[in-house]
Amino acid sequence: MNIHPLIVEITQIAVLLVAAPLFTGWVKMVKCWFQGRTSPSLFQPYRDIRKLLAKDVTLAENASWIFRFTPYLVFGVSIMAGGIIPILSMDLPLSATADVIALVALFAIARFFTALAGMDIGTAFGGMGSSREMTIASLAEPAMLMAVFAVSLVSRSTSLSQMALVVSQGHAMLRPSLVFALLAFILIALAETGRVPVDNPATHLELTMIHEAMILEYSGRHLALIEWASMMKLFLFTTLGIASFFPWGIARNDDLVAVLAAIPVLLFKLGIVGVGLVLIETGLAKMRIFRITEFLGSAFLFATLGMLSFFMLE
Amino acid sequence: MSLSPFLLVACSFLLLAFLLLIIPVLRSNQKHLIFAGSALMMLSALAAVAAGIWTVSSGAMSRVILPLGLPDLPFHIRLDRLSGFFLVVIGLLSSFVSIYSLGYLKGYLGLRPVTSLVAFSALFLGGMFLVVLADDAFIFLVAWEMMAASSYFLVLFEDERIENRRAAFLYLIVAHVGAISILLSFGVMAGLATDFKGFGGYAFDAMRETALPAGWATTAFLLAFAGFSAKAGVVPLHVWLPEAHPVAPSNVSALMSGVMLKTAIYGIVRVVFDLIGDFPWWWGALVLVFGLVSAVMGVLYALMQHDLKRLLAYHSVENIGIILIGIGLAMIFTSFDMSLLAALALIAGLFHTLNHALFKGLLFMGAGAVLHATHERNMEEMGGLIRFMPWTAALFLAGCVSISALPPFNGFVSEWLTYQAFLLSPSLPSPLLNLLIPLGAALLALTSALAAACFVKAFGVTFLGSRRGRHHGIIHEVDWSMRTGMLLAALSCLGLGVMPTLVIKWMDPLAEELAGGTIAASASGFGWMWLTPIAAERASYSAPIAFLGVLAVVIITYVVLHARPGAIHRVPLWDCGFEKVTDRMQYTATSFAMPLRRIFGYLFSIKENVHHYPPASHPAFPERLHYHLRVRDRFWMWLYQPVVDASFWLSRRIGRMQHGRIQVYLIYSFVTILVLLIFSR
Repeated sequence: MNIHPLIVEITQIAVLLVAAPLFTGWVKMVKCWFQGRTSPSLFQPYRDIRKLLAKDVTLAENASWIFRFTPYLVFGVSIMAGGIIPILSMDLPLSATADVIALVALFAIARFFTALAGMDIGTAFGGMGSSREMTIASLAEPAMLMAVFAVSLVSRSTSLSQMALVVSQGHAMLRPSLVFALLAFILIALAETGRVPVDNPATHLELTMIHEAMILEYSGRHLALIEWASMMKLFLFTTLGIASFFPWGIARNDDLVAVLAAIPVLLFKLGIVGVGLVLIETGLAKMRIFRITEFLGSAFLFATLGMLSFFMLE
Repeated sequence: MSLSPFLLVACSFLLLAFLLLIIPVLRSNQKHLIFAGSALMMLSALAAVAAGIWTVSSGAMSRVILPLGLPDLPFHIRLDRLSGFFLVVIGLLSSFVSIYSLGYLKGYLGLRPVTSLVAFSALFLGGMFLVVLADDAFIFLVAWEMMAASSYFLVLFEDERIENRRAAFLYLIVAHVGAISILLSFGVMAGLATDFKGFGGYAFDAMRETALPAGWATTAFLLAFAGFSAKAGVVPLHVWLPEAHPVAPSNVSALMSGVMLKTAIYGIVRVVFDLIGDFPWWWGALVLVFGLVSAVMGVLYALMQHDLKRLLAYHSVENIGIILIGIGLAMIFTSFDMSLLAALALIAGLFHTLNHALFKGLLFMGAGAVLHATHERNMEEMGGLIRFMPWTAALFLAGCVSISALPPFNGFVSEWLTYQAFLLSPSLPSPLLNLLIPLGAALLALTSALAAACFVKAFGVTFLGSRRGRHHGIIHEVDWSMRTGMLLAALSCLGLGVMPTLVIKWMDPLAEELAGGTIAASASGFGWMWLTPIAAERASYSAPIAFLGVLAVVIITYVVLHARPGAIHRVPLWDCGFEKVTDRMQYTATSFAMPLRRIFGYLFSIKENVHHYPPASHPAFPERLHYHLRVRDRFWMWLYQPVVDASFWLSRRIGRMQHGRIQVYLIYSFVTILVLLIFSR
């Protein structure tokens, strides 16, 4: 039975909004288990967001409209991206809105404004966070493009639905180019979503924080939106990886059963990715900021190898 | 006589000529002069835009032979699609800048007369129009010189400052070295067109019809590319650009950076695609490599600047690089007869030409507004201007977002098209190119990410935070005309970014004429909302949906969250419980770029000095620190300093012959005559 594509789209965005905090909660929980600590509840992120939404906003006197506009923009961009990435179905009305390059640019505009907001108040921390975030982003971008390039060689397309479709139709054989691209993508995703070893989302230590330094002055509903959006960003990068490299289980059309079946498959994959992420985060220490060049340099190298191996082996 | 594109162009020139005629009359009343100058230049530019849009869409070619010039060598004028497109590029920004000039030039009232500025602006604009209309080498070079000379005087406008004179002199030298190179290139083509007999080959038509032998064609191309590169500011011929653009009045910088550089792009496209026409792939590769180097080096040098206008000037180097990337790819695709992809790459390059004109013009106008209000170019003295100049800040931000290639503004569309052209390069039949070209795409990605970092710095340090400078003078927003000029440019940036399919459809016949392929059918195959350059399955981008979608979510979230009356408490800045936070604790432009300066430091020559004042009793407790940083262009030291040194050495040697004694000079003359007599027996 086919359902209206718009319903699929709305379902997908609803899944994004609901599952993103859940995924963050899951990662935190597994991390606590691995580190031998008592974990907070799986639903703690929801409580945090609800608490922040209920609070008043404390705003610095010299904050401009950019500071107040940024949380809404970042949130809006995340929702838009959630409508584009094939999370549940490959046949989305919005999927043609942006290919993967335009999607990366959508995230870039959110980052651009977050960095501006960091500089808006005029504290040393804000500027430090903005400077570091933009530095890391500049190094991640070429690697990201090369990874996209390697994947698009296989699917002859940069459209996300098309990429997912081609990979899911292909035999489950091991394509060396995709393996290298996946390795590169994992490194880039760690950098882009601000996880250990590039940034630590749990820290508020002056010298190590990057993303947290930019948003240090936020409070109340603004902070709620930013936190929610960064949870969505982690979720979206995960689903972007799933759609490009492990698209099996994502519905290919608007069939009701297929779309409904995609949800448990997605949750299963997210569970596994969460454990993997925790393994990386507990296994590695945070890097010094100038070591990140090498980290992202190796991501670039992996992606280039992926491209070369496509030309040589496939 | 019915209305035609050519008539509009003629009107445009007549308006400029009229302005030049009435300048002597209006000299005594500077206010009227500024008004007449701005109004007439705006009308002239608008007429050119109308003519250009009309020509590109209708394809009507008009040509005329003017009974001017030397005997038997009349001037040829031709208005075709390529000229039409560049008329639009030049005219559109010039009309916005003319409105802006109205307010900007008023700043000089009572300080200095602006007569020369208005006169040379008119000549400059006329020169640029004439360059793209020229249809023979003679008038092309006359127009080229007219443009170069008038812009020299514009750079020199505030000539009491030594740096302005130095910059103008450097600009003059590089412009002329470039002009010689272009002249030689035309010489090669014109000479071979008539087998070095007679002068008939100087018309572009004769050059078009001649198929040059490969060696001569390469010579002509290399000379032309070198000459036009000097004008465009391609690395390593870029050093004049960050010197000359910042010191010119801001409305002139906007025109120089926004459109004058584009005449060089026009020259490259005209010579390569139209006059020579047939070329091997490595020409394209050469253009591509120079484009990539310019893009990356331009943005890296820009990051190191703390002078707002200098920063913008280095970004022109970067963007010229991006345009050349598109053109280089188009040349590679053309040489392999892949006309569809060539059309895509060419459209990407030309679209970026138009976009860069608009956003760079906007940014220079914004920088000019800041300069107008604060009398300051050094970003380290600024900060918090968004509170005093909300309009300028918002419009400058639009320019920043455009140049950083972020959706939904126009810079993103053309860079996205360039990426698509890159991603299609694996279909080239050469394995070497298949492997190397994607690395170029990675460099382009690096460039646009660094540009974003640079504009977070530029906007953040200038407009956000709080004032860093020592002089806390009163700052107020600029007047309506300057705001209107910027607003129109910003709206065009947004419009071109949201409606790219319409522009591409309009430009498509031009690409078809030059590259032989058409992408209009596939690019807007799914209606005007979806940009699908080759096929929908390949890649698609819908700017209107992305823009309206994000906007809708922003509005809905805002409304939902404000349904509950939640208070916003404005409080003083949290200072972590220490003593008061001061303005000097903010990140500065220099500190913002520090991580990138360290990562890419090997590309610059950096001198860093820390002095302790006075020498502290213990190194842990310095009383005062003095930090000095100097970042210099390596190319200056590698390429230019030796030339400067050599010419000084040579002139000192020659200078020994000058004693100031008349007897010695008479001996020189006598010896010269003797030598001449011996050789010309």
